[in-house]
Amino acid sequence: MIQLTVNGSVKQYDGDPAMPVLWYLRDLLELTGAKFGCGMGLCGACTVHVEGKATRSCVTNLSDVAGKRITTIEGLDPKGDHPLQKAWRAVNVPQCGYCQSGQIMQAASLLTEKPKPTDRDIDEAMQGNICRCGTYQRIRQAVKMAAGVKV
Amino acid sequence: MKSNSITVVSRRDFVGGVFSAGALVLGGILLPLKGTAAATADATWQPNVYLGLEPDGRVIIIAHRSEMGTGIRTSLPMIVAEELGADWTRVKIEQAIGDAKYGSQDTDGSESIRDFYDPMREAGATARMMLESAAASKWGVPVSECRARNHEVLHAKSDRKLGFGELVPLASKQPVPKKEQLKFKSPAEYRYVGKNVPITDLDDILAGHAVFGMDARVPGMVYASIEHPPVFGGKLKTYDDAEARKVRGVSKTLTIPPFKPPYAFQPLGGVAVIADNTWAAMQGRRKLKIDWDLGPNASLDSVAYKKTLQETARKACKVARNDGDVDAVFKTAAKVHEAEYYVPHLAHASMEPPVAVAEFKNGKVELWASTQNPQAVQETVAKAMGLKPTDVTCHVTLLGGGFGRKSKPDYCAEAAILSKQMGKPVKVVWSREDDIRFDFYHAVAAMYIKAATDEKGRPTAWLQRSVFPPIGSQDDVAAKYGTFELDMGWNDVPYDIPNFRAECGPADTKIRIGWMRSVANIPHAFAVQSFTDELAAAAGRDRVEYLLDVLGKPRKIDLRPPAERKGPDPYMLDIARMRRVIEIAAEQSGWAKKKPGNGRALGIAVHRSFLTYVATVVEVEVDKGKLRIPRVDMVLDTGKVINPDRVRAQLEGASVFGASIALMGEITAANGRVQQSNFNTYPVARLNEAPVETHVHIVPSSAPPAGVGEPGVPPMSPAICNAIFAATGKRIRELPIKKQLG
Repeated sequence: MIQLTVNGSVKQYDGDPAMPVLWYLRDLLELTGAKFGCGMGLCGACTVHVEGKATRSCVTNLSDVAGKRITTIEGLDPKGDHPLQKAWRAVNVPQCGYCQSGQIMQAASLLTEKPKPTDRDIDEAMQGNICRCGTYQRIRQAVKMAAGVKV
Repeated sequence: MKSNSITVVSRRDFVGGVFSAGALVLGGILLPLKGTAAATADATWQPNVYLGLEPDGRVIIIAHRSEMGTGIRTSLPMIVAEELGADWTRVKIEQAIGDAKYGSQDTDGSESIRDFYDPMREAGATARMMLESAAASKWGVPVSECRARNHEVLHAKSDRKLGFGELVPLASKQPVPKKEQLKFKSPAEYRYVGKNVPITDLDDILAGHAVFGMDARVPGMVYASIEHPPVFGGKLKTYDDAEARKVRGVSKTLTIPPFKPPYAFQPLGGVAVIADNTWAAMQGRRKLKIDWDLGPNASLDSVAYKKTLQETARKACKVARNDGDVDAVFKTAAKVHEAEYYVPHLAHASMEPPVAVAEFKNGKVELWASTQNPQAVQETVAKAMGLKPTDVTCHVTLLGGGFGRKSKPDYCAEAAILSKQMGKPVKVVWSREDDIRFDFYHAVAAMYIKAATDEKGRPTAWLQRSVFPPIGSQDDVAAKYGTFELDMGWNDVPYDIPNFRAECGPADTKIRIGWMRSVANIPHAFAVQSFTDELAAAAGRDRVEYLLDVLGKPRKIDLRPPAERKGPDPYMLDIARMRRVIEIAAEQSGWAKKKPGNGRALGIAVHRSFLTYVATVVEVEVDKGKLRIPRVDMVLDTGKVINPDRVRAQLEGASVFGASIALMGEITAANGRVQQSNFNTYPVARLNEAPVETHVHIVPSSAPPAGVGEPGVPPMSPAICNAIFAATGKRIRELPIKKQLG
């Protein structure tokens, strides 16, 4: 039995401990904000927070998160009004929107570590999150806006 | 496509009870023009665009095209709401199921706005005029004194007003105005059209609540992961699922029969593992032991295939366009230039892999799918199951990208076939590896161009050959030559050159070919715009000045075949518009001021596709073989614009998509097997590799709306490569650029 916390509520899991967190969230808990994109930690669409830190849920097994706190996009802010969500809204970042949960969760982790990121910090933190629609320049703009640094 | 009249239709025509009993529902009737995709099915009148007004004041607009990131679920309803005089905050958008009554729902070809701009305006104006006439009759005043604005009808003289909702019962009894009676708003009155309106799904996306195909869920659903034949056209011989069935959560394995050529949109066949969650299905699949008959394409080898295409392009091919006499000029020309270009197969790689849920019940199928083309889902599933298309209901979710891949519903048919066998709803989830290894690939192309030039370096004769496997192979096993692909930047090269010949060479198809965002315009713009740059370089002339010179004086070119030149064509190729985008791009990018130096330089390309003119200037920095793109300026003239912010977004996206193609995209095969499988072996541009800034400039225009989703892509790769040449002297003639910079 694995116990963990997802968006503030305690969960018990007694299935295969090798199941990646992504599929547990999506198929078992029906939290579908984190997306499947590659299954190898290459694209970032599945990004959630484990203990507040951006983590690729498609390559993180449930056994790795026993006793830990997981936050998904659904739990980032109760009203969807995290400063990053507000900035994303102001800049109209999403096109198809599929990768955006992962982008926002990655950016939120970046701002926790570096509240005033430089361009290089943004490059380094965000390069693992692919957006095939090509919203990168607006992502960069929104991250800076949320951080209150010069756009 | 033009709409012809509007009729009141029964709300019972709608599946799912979108409208209440008291709703006024309007349906547009469309007559597809001959030669359009919709006309090929049936030239009868088809209802298409729908709008409903609820007695509680809500306006419900049906979005019948698929949302894959262009913003179409917002932009088409904006047009209806504008003409209706609705308050956007009280508009509810409902996604249509697949149904022929809507007209074409095949969301591709950058067609949604240009095909449905008029029908949407007419639907809105019709409803507005019926509301105005209802208010006039209630107040006993002339209808000319009543005006709909902000969700109510006003009578200024008596200072009276009535909300849309209150007017619904009376409005529904008004005569429906004929098309010639419709009055439209003047653009000066617009509240929404031409303004930046956020997409309707924005908040849901940002909160993680938006429902994509990957998120669709039906009670009792099981999950499937399918092992396809490793080689296109392969067949299952035998398999052993003993180990697969031991995986916790796996319930069963099933087979899907191979397709019967031509491949069309049929499933590839294979072995499916069914489980109670996606991961278990994927794990079980890894444990399958399968013996395949690899079939006739196991010999496909990209190195040899490329050589064959290139050799074909060096010899005379089938003539597709022939002006003047290029051979005569070549015989006596003082200067002749030749070059060969190559663009490999490419994969779409939308962030959401193909995915669909299907439920077979009582001889009918219901699907929830990430699809660009729900009517093709109906047809394909019906054919696979021996049903009628009307027995298939397809709900359209949001799409996590499409780029043309999701017009082809092989994965939807897989879900339906498996659901019938299981007696339960089945969700088919393709892995990234499935997506990249079993795509309908953008076609590889080998091209050859030869030109004779005069003393100023201007071409006097131009010969070009393009050799590629045709998309027509999907419906015709014998197809060897492209057809409509030649209208994409090949036969329609608008240069002012008296002797011009375009040819097309034959190619065998050994993997599935399909359309990808801007299709054959990608290789054709790459070759033509690169070669133009080469000629300008040989003549030592400024690239902008040279481009304008070869385009020639402003004039209009009718690209329709002579037999179809009846009546005016609002989309004639207009050299004045093409010149203007180039001039603005030069101005906005600082072309005249920025001289090459220190590995930094600008490159330009221009291309018209999907009826839109785009000129692109790319700035590159090349440092020790590393390429950086600090800035891109894109100028487009696409006629009337509905939602400028979404137009800009499409062009910003095209900049990144085009950069992926130029820098790193390549699909190859060895022993018939595609060698790439995930983002490690099929990389796409990431935030730190994409152009840093893309500046989009929209040319104000009152011309009919043209395409937006695709036309930004084709000029990117030639503009990048032309900039690299200007910066380094290195000419790139084969994509991707990858390691060619040393």
